Amino acid sequence: MYDSGLMATKKKSTKAFLSGNEAVAYGAYEAGLKVACAYPGTPSTEILECLAGFKDLDVQWSVNEKVAYEVALGAAVGGVRSLFACKHVGLNVAMDPLMTSAYTGISAGFVIVVCDDPGMHSSQNEQDTRWVSIYAKLPMLEPSSPREAKEHIKEAFKISERFDTPVIVRMTTRISHTKEDMLLARRETAKTAPLDINVEKYVMVPGYARKRHALVEKRINKLKKFAEKTRLNKVEINDKKLGFITSSITYNYIKEHYPDASYLKLGMSYPFCDDKIREFAKTVRKVVVMEELDPFIETHIATLGIKFKAKDESFMQGELTPDLIPAAVQGKVKKVKAAPKRPPRLCKGCPHFFSFATMKKLGLFVAGDIGCYTLATLPPASALHTCVCMGAGVTFNEGLRKAHPNKKIVGVVGDSTFVHSGVTGLINAAYNNAKGIIFILDNNITAMTGGQQNPATGLTIRNEKTKKLNLKKLCLACGADNVDVCDPTNRDEFNALVEKRINEDALSVIIAKHPCKLLR
Amino acid sequence: MNNKVCNITFGGIGGQGVLKASEIMGWAAVYAGYHVKKSEVHGMAQRGGSVESHVRFGRTIYSPLVAEGCTDYLVSFHRDEHDRLSVFLKPGGIDLIEHLDDANKAIESPRYLNTFLVGVLSAKLDIKKDCWMKAIKTVFRKEFVAANKKVFLDGWRLGQK
Repeated sequence: MYDSGLMATKKKSTKAFLSGNEAVAYGAYEAGLKVACAYPGTPSTEILECLAGFKDLDVQWSVNEKVAYEVALGAAVGGVRSLFACKHVGLNVAMDPLMTSAYTGISAGFVIVVCDDPGMHSSQNEQDTRWVSIYAKLPMLEPSSPREAKEHIKEAFKISERFDTPVIVRMTTRISHTKEDMLLARRETAKTAPLDINVEKYVMVPGYARKRHALVEKRINKLKKFAEKTRLNKVEINDKKLGFITSSITYNYIKEHYPDASYLKLGMSYPFCDDKIREFAKTVRKVVVMEELDPFIETHIATLGIKFKAKDESFMQGELTPDLIPAAVQGKVKKVKAAPKRPPRLCKGCPHFFSFATMKKLGLFVAGDIGCYTLATLPPASALHTCVCMGAGVTFNEGLRKAHPNKKIVGVVGDSTFVHSGVTGLINAAYNNAKGIIFILDNNITAMTGGQQNPATGLTIRNEKTKKLNLKKLCLACGADNVDVCDPTNRDEFNALVEKRINEDALSVIIAKHPCKLLR
Repeated sequence: MNNKVCNITFGGIGGQGVLKASEIMGWAAVYAGYHVKKSEVHGMAQRGGSVESHVRFGRTIYSPLVAEGCTDYLVSFHRDEHDRLSVFLKPGGIDLIEHLDDANKAIESPRYLNTFLVGVLSAKLDIKKDCWMKAIKTVFRKEFVAANKKVFLDGWRLGQK
């Protein structure tokens, strides 16, 4: 269970030492939040875990990000302040409701917190979520530190209600997982808005959606004016020879190297404050745009006809760490250092080892996805062969078999991942008469993100008992021909079962059931 | 309080309690009235992989990460990781690696390594003892506070030598 010592602090004094994620939680709480939903995902997980500590909030682990987004959005449409949190790739899962929620707007404040992972500390890609703000036409805030994260969340709720829009707050791993001292404030009280019927706003059929789209365009223009005035976009004029336009954690890294330079820090990174940018560019002799990952600010500033320097494209990959700042500012090509870090691996005695030992022994081609078990790709297990996204262990089995119907191909998925998005793949496999074995590696926890509950564990985010999902019955209902439950640590029994099923012309599910070693 | 920024780098492997060590350090600096930033790694990186955590404190702190060649104190929990992290040490910086073997010998259980090493570190820093004690009380659950205070003081005594 989550334990940071911060609850104790709350009682004793108003000073706290919080991570960026905890700061998001405290900021939201202080802003009068009522409902928060998420699916776990590093580096975002602690936001909900921290919120769950506030007993007067309605907080849930949802089945997946799409569900989480919709429940939280529903609460905001219903009239209470709500929050959805996810990692960058989690936002992809929620993109369907996100895009149209930009049209409906909300009745009470709704904030989307997305945590990007530059450097891919714990992710399968390095996408830069800032582009989503342009694509969805939603305002985006970018705090540069935990202290700012707390303030920005509060501001985000205000913007949300003032402009009738979801607001995206974009964090990165370094901000989420940096701790900083800060002061706590009192919780605001917010009234629940009445549940009025407003079909033109909340039923997005073409006739109404066209009208809403016109409002979305108007809204973004109003937000542009707001961006010019808000103190989220901070100008610091010092030495006028050199001026940086920057955002997020990068601001803090540059300040270490160039303390005397001038700065325009974009705390609101979309829509852009064009006038402020132009004025800043006129004030300083040389403009340098410095940002982590994609050229998001650069691309926009180029359209303003402003002359500026920026990092070489080689810096678009990986974290823009403090060590790299001087070379990036000087426009040099990035020198990649071979960092002999100890790679992560499955824990000693992990039940996944046993499952993968059998698969390796039988020479199976194993489609996998996202979880601790992805680590079975590496030695000593060396038995997992694909990983693209959540749930794809199930669907890749089907796709790979279309290319090689006679090969021994199987899919693996975790208990939480199966519920997240494996189940739709299993229904699809049954419906389209696919064969093979789907292993549900059921360790009774969402392990990789640090041990969160899920529907199959039968416990809530607060470890309270709830309805427990019966995986076996579910798989049978999906249309699997066989569903076996077997403990992979009983090697002989497990081996025999897999050997039997792999030679059958059937769609089989084997629930490899053994609790995670880290569960107490 | 002067303008000086103090940089500390903790490093080890997942499960050794590196983050708990930097947590004690961070809180002690908070209680001493400093602006503090501490970086961590979570998730996949913790699964037996390299774990490093930086703590920086002073009047105003910008970056949560220490740049290479800038750390004042390097606290390693593992020899292999020490080799990787020694690039962070500044010329003349203090390397606590010489205390690692003594620490491992002095403690009853490997789970006390973090608190012990922080105790060693505390002897080198200008932070009052009551700040450390408050930090330990904040960071650990009630039933573990007394044991950790004792281990901390053992480390502190070793650090004085």
